[in-house]
Amino acid sequence: MPMSYFIGLSVVMFAMGILGVLLRRNPLVVFMSLELMFNSANLLFVAFSAYHQVLDGQLFVFFVMTTAAAEVAVGLALIVAVFKAKRTIDLDQMSSLKG
Amino acid sequence: MSLNEIASLHPFFQLAPLVVFLPVLGLLINLLVGKRLGEKGIGAVASLATGGAFVVAVLLAVGLAQVSEGGTLTLANWITLGDLGVSWSFRIDTLSVLMMLVVSGVGTLIHIYSIGYMHSDVRHNEDPGRFRRFFVYLNLFIAFMMVLVSSDNFLMLFVGWEGVGLCSYLLIGFWFEKGADGIGNARAAKKAFVVNRIGDFGLLIALFLLFYNFGTLNFAEIFEKAPAVAAAAPGAIMAITLFMLLGVTGKSAQLPLFVWLPDAMAGPTPVSALIHAATMVTAGVYLVARSQALYFEVPAAQNVVMWVGALTAFFAATIAVGQNDIKKVLAYSTISQLGFMVTVVGMGATVAGMFHLTTQAFFKALLFLGAGSVILGVEHGHAHAHAKAGEHGHDSFDPQDMREMGGLRKRMPLTFTVYLLGGLSMAGIAPLAGFFSKDEILAAASEKSIAVYVLLTAAAFLTAFYVGRQLVMVFFGKPRSDASEKAAESPLLVTLPLIILALLAVFGGALNLPGSHLLETWLEHSLPETAPGQFVLPVALISLGIALLGLLLAWLVYGRKPIFEKGQPDPLRRPLNGLFKALENKWWVDELYHAVIVRPYQSIAQFSAGAVDQGVIDGVVNGMGSLVRSGAKWWRRFQNGYIRSYALTIVFGVVLVITYLVLR
Amino acid sequence: MSLGLIFMYSALALVVVVSGIGLITSRNAIYAALFLVLNFITVALLYIVLGAPFIALAQVTVYAGSIMVLFLFVIMLLGAEQLPIAEPLRGQRVLGILLAAAFLAEMVLFVLLRGAPTVAGQAVSPEFSTPTTIGMLLFERYLLPFEMTAGVLLAATVGAIFMTRQPRPDRKGALPAVPEEGKE
Repeated sequence: MPMSYFIGLSVVMFAMGILGVLLRRNPLVVFMSLELMFNSANLLFVAFSAYHQVLDGQLFVFFVMTTAAAEVAVGLALIVAVFKAKRTIDLDQMSSLKG
Repeated sequence: MSLNEIASLHPFFQLAPLVVFLPVLGLLINLLVGKRLGEKGIGAVASLATGGAFVVAVLLAVGLAQVSEGGTLTLANWITLGDLGVSWSFRIDTLSVLMMLVVSGVGTLIHIYSIGYMHSDVRHNEDPGRFRRFFVYLNLFIAFMMVLVSSDNFLMLFVGWEGVGLCSYLLIGFWFEKGADGIGNARAAKKAFVVNRIGDFGLLIALFLLFYNFGTLNFAEIFEKAPAVAAAAPGAIMAITLFMLLGVTGKSAQLPLFVWLPDAMAGPTPVSALIHAATMVTAGVYLVARSQALYFEVPAAQNVVMWVGALTAFFAATIAVGQNDIKKVLAYSTISQLGFMVTVVGMGATVAGMFHLTTQAFFKALLFLGAGSVILGVEHGHAHAHAKAGEHGHDSFDPQDMREMGGLRKRMPLTFTVYLLGGLSMAGIAPLAGFFSKDEILAAASEKSIAVYVLLTAAAFLTAFYVGRQLVMVFFGKPRSDASEKAAESPLLVTLPLIILALLAVFGGALNLPGSHLLETWLEHSLPETAPGQFVLPVALISLGIALLGLLLAWLVYGRKPIFEKGQPDPLRRPLNGLFKALENKWWVDELYHAVIVRPYQSIAQFSAGAVDQGVIDGVVNGMGSLVRSGAKWWRRFQNGYIRSYALTIVFGVVLVITYLVLR
Repeated sequence: MSLGLIFMYSALALVVVVSGIGLITSRNAIYAALFLVLNFITVALLYIVLGAPFIALAQVTVYAGSIMVLFLFVIMLLGAEQLPIAEPLRGQRVLGILLAAAFLAEMVLFVLLRGAPTVAGQAVSPEFSTPTTIGMLLFERYLLPFEMTAGVLLAATVGAIFMTRQPRPDRKGALPAVPEEGKE
């Protein structure tokens, strides 16, 4: 299986993730796009691991997965906390950092 | 030489530093504990300090009589920087000791006089602190003047030069809240300082050139090297001497920088006597006398000095004829006499110049102090007259205006006598001191240049004329105002120094009588190549005749019946008409300077302050500030608080980085 | 490569892309979550093809199984509202699409210019990534990261609990309230 194929797929997934982060206002959907981006990176890792016949790539995916899980937990807790204060989850309403 | 070495030359020489330190001690004592001493105490301390300096000078003179080459006493190393080595040393030789004697001698008499004179000032203003301040400044002046005349290098001389300039400023503006518009005295002091500064600038350039060409600032070394340097670079010596001349015109009030001296009459009369008649203004003459070795190398510079002096002498004498203020007449007379001195040291006849310096110190100080006595008397009379009528105004009455005086011969006989003697001495009537000194000058001039001789003789004639005019206007005839009717003689403290000075003015000619030439033999150890003064009989007779003619003319114009009455215009006004107006207005020199120099300078200053400083420089600095502020305002729009905006920026950055990586 | 292989890879890739597009364009958050689940499972299949069965199973269990479930819980908790279509930020849409396209283009350029390996790798043997081999590598070479990951998970747990706890009745220990929009 030519590597360029997998690289291309991975890049497309990543670009879709970027689009999701930039264009959606629902923070949950933004998070999900983030997961999409993680996945694209994982795909690339595994593909290269298979190409070079080295197992370390897959191990890295392992770590990425656990870290992503931790991040999702904290992030969702954050969203819930903000919702309790603001009563809305529209990202554009969270503009107190305006300078 | 160190203290021990010089003591081995002669024991009195070790005392040399005291001429500076005694006045300093006096001023420190007055400054610190003066309040407790009271008026008499302060005056006594100051006079003793100066008197002590005089005693030391006498002792030095005695020492020099035995060891005539003198010596140099080094106190401390001041500057040692590469090639430049300047030390605080005292040069003990006949020229400097002569100056020390004149300064401290006349200075002591004036200190004593001031005790009485300033007493009335304190009574009027009820400010005893002023009395103390006056004597502190006087002692400071004596100290600096001693530094000037006793230094053995040009830089210490300059220190003294600047110091006396400072004291002159402080003392002219002594009554700083008085004068025209309540600021006139301060303005006069400022004018003196600024004009002197221009002269000092010239002297400073001369100092720079000296160091550049000679590698040292020490008198002895420079005068030794002078012929060699002159042969190698004659232009340099010419430049040095001419720039020095600029300094001399500033300090000694010659053309074109004489304008500060008449205004300096705003200071108290003792100040005018000490600083502006006897001592500070002679510093320029001393400088040229000291630097004779340099001037001899450049005859062209000598000519310039001579002509500057001669023209000043004549010019100032003409102005003195038209003045109405008693002190202004004396001020212009000083300028004129200084012109005589500068002329003759420019010619190279230094002894004649120093002789005239000494006699002028005597009779000019006498005249000024006498004028002070007259002013005191008239003020007293004014207060008396108006106290009787119940008034208390001093405003429009000017105690110094000669037109308000008259007939004081009967009211103030002692003052009249001494003033008469001083005036006759200045006019050059034999056998008073002024005759001999002026005669030597005229004799030297007659040999050097006929044109200068004619100019000086004309100035001498005018001198006699305005002296006579002043004598007649002040002392003869009928009193022209209530004040002079009720004038009273001054107290002893005031008149005693006058008497002493009068004796000196009469018998001072003995210093250098033709035949004995005391001063000359005294001075020839310090001065190179002095031409021996000669007594040329025709010249002497002509000068005597001219002087008598001047006095006679003054008597005819002003003194004959009907004597100049109150309210009449000046008798000279009609015959001379326009010319008299010019003389009265001092040839409008001040106005000329103001229009040509001061006003353009002020507009340049305004321009620099307004357009350049505020407009350009502040504009640039403020402009940068506002530029930054507006820049920041624009950039702040990016911080809009929207998370997605920030995410966009991040992605934008990522894209940029990747672009760079791709294209690398 | 055989046609069958090509067909399989194309189909899987198509599903991945379509589900991605579905994720970023559906207005309903639940639909988006479901699209993402589909995406994950398809990617797991790709992992199997690439000879990483353990990772594929981990993907399904962790990602699709727990993370997405968590997402769905939160979506339902917050009553995912339908946000208006109109984009309040000016130029965000245009710039966003532009930047994503630029990114894509650059990556393609990168691959073309630098020459990614275009040949296929050798097929992997079944013993390549068994749990044993992975375990050996994990506990030998990557022991430190492994332990640190445990620490990370602990921190995440504590953080999540702390951020969502109820304030006690006397208001002590509550998180500082977020200021209202009005006062900036």
